[in-house]
Amino acid sequence: MEEILRLLEKDARYTSKQLAAMTGQEQGKVEEYLTQAEADGKIIGYTAIVDWDKVDKSSDLVTALIEVKISPQRGEGFDRIAERIYQYDEVESLYLMSGTFDLAVFISGRTMRDISSFVFGSLATIEGVTGTATHFIMKKYKEKHKIFEKQEEQEDRLLFV
Amino acid sequence: MMDYSSLLSEAAVSLKPSGIRKFFDILAEKKDAISLGIGEPDFITPWHIRDAGIYSLEKGFTKYSSNAGMTELRQEVSKYLNRRFELKYDPLNQMLITVGGSEAIDLAIRATVNPGDEVIIPVPSFVCYGPITTMAHGVPVYVETKAENEFRLTPEELKAVITPKTKLLVLPFPNNPTGAIMEREHLEALAEVLRGTNILVLSDEIYAELSYGRKHVSMANIPDMYERTILVNGFSKCYAMTGWRMGYVCAHADIVAQMYKIHQYCLMCAPTVSQYAAIEALRNGDADIAMMRGEYDRRRKYLLEGLRELGLSCFEPRGAFYAFPSIQSTGLSSEEFCERFLMEKSVAVIPGTAFGKGGEGFVRICYASSIERITEALSRMREFLKTI
Repeated sequence: MEEILRLLEKDARYTSKQLAAMTGQEQGKVEEYLTQAEADGKIIGYTAIVDWDKVDKSSDLVTALIEVKISPQRGEGFDRIAERIYQYDEVESLYLMSGTFDLAVFISGRTMRDISSFVFGSLATIEGVTGTATHFIMKKYKEKHKIFEKQEEQEDRLLFV
Repeated sequence: MMDYSSLLSEAAVSLKPSGIRKFFDILAEKKDAISLGIGEPDFITPWHIRDAGIYSLEKGFTKYSSNAGMTELRQEVSKYLNRRFELKYDPLNQMLITVGGSEAIDLAIRATVNPGDEVIIPVPSFVCYGPITTMAHGVPVYVETKAENEFRLTPEELKAVITPKTKLLVLPFPNNPTGAIMEREHLEALAEVLRGTNILVLSDEIYAELSYGRKHVSMANIPDMYERTILVNGFSKCYAMTGWRMGYVCAHADIVAQMYKIHQYCLMCAPTVSQYAAIEALRNGDADIAMMRGEYDRRRKYLLEGLRELGLSCFEPRGAFYAFPSIQSTGLSSEEFCERFLMEKSVAVIPGTAFGKGGEGFVRICYASSIERITEALSRMREFLKTI
């Protein structure tokens, strides 16, 4: 059944009927499993990967990676501060990192000004946050195994083997 | 004016051109066309393999290699055959690196067939064995495999066509176009017929890695068959490397010595850049094969389920990446079915008759295509079947 999760990771639009056919299981069983997996939080959600640059070429919306250094709090470790950060709607992803900083915050679909004011106004002022470094993403090449640029197709292909 | 009809090779003139060219002319003009016709992986060669080829060019390795193929590559092929199929071939005198599996087939037939020798070819099967036999002035003897035997060659069928002139048995399994495989017991049964004869076996195992649910057994694994088997394999199907043209042939050193000369005079050597890529494939490509096999397996089950829902009977293909459903219930011939399906619904599948006798009443559908395309093709087939 884990195979079904891997397939949905590749394409969340597979129907339970398709998943059943591909894995040789009964459709009812697949549906049951998915309902349970959603209830258990094994599947957190289903989203689309959108190339917004193609939707609006003149858009000034950007994505940023903000490195955050924090001092862990007694009894709570990093989780408490992380929670205070991810509650902001602006925050798209948040990861605890090994290395020279502690939290990686991703924000997308905002203007540079919005992001600056979020960093200075909200993020940096959270108790326990000791420093931030903001990097703007200039171009997206690949996300979730999907490539943004349309790949060239080979021409002059043999048609019959 | 020259009269070419009197100048050309009679054997070459006697070859029939592929009957389905017209299909592809139609296909090329259709914008919304879906082709499940071409027998080629839809994957691009894994990056690390492509990178190895690019790196060899950067280093300037652009010269001929030794005729038999780079020693390093032959050693890797030898290790691979041992690792995957428990086969032992000496990389120095039992193996040639060829320009695709096709050259390997050509070498095997030309190195063994004398004028008038008979070559037994089970059909439906890949299209090249007969024409190459004809060019070697041999005589193709076709044996029709049957749907009720899951398109395997049976010992009875084999026995019935053996004559004193039989030189070679072609064994193309896993099979294009039927998807049939021969398991150990089935190979054992053929071996029983072959023991004590002087018949050689050309075992075309290009789809060996694409066996589903069970491990491929080579004819060379069967007792007493190793010394009479000429094993053909390659990189096209399992590593998605069709355009690199890389194959190999393994056999007894005495046979290889003859094939070597033909290869040397015709091709010199396989492309060097492709050989470097192939070394990388063999060293670090096992996971790529497993990934692609897994994908094909899912598509196989998906397509099979879809065909059965449409009411077309289809024996379960266990190898390669083709399904071979019967379309007899439609009352159309294979060619009519394919031509109308392409004209009316813009989906290309191949008539079974393109692969020889016994293919009438069947069509070949290649499932090395995305689930989206297979889904769309099935839904167009549903509409098409309603109109018949």
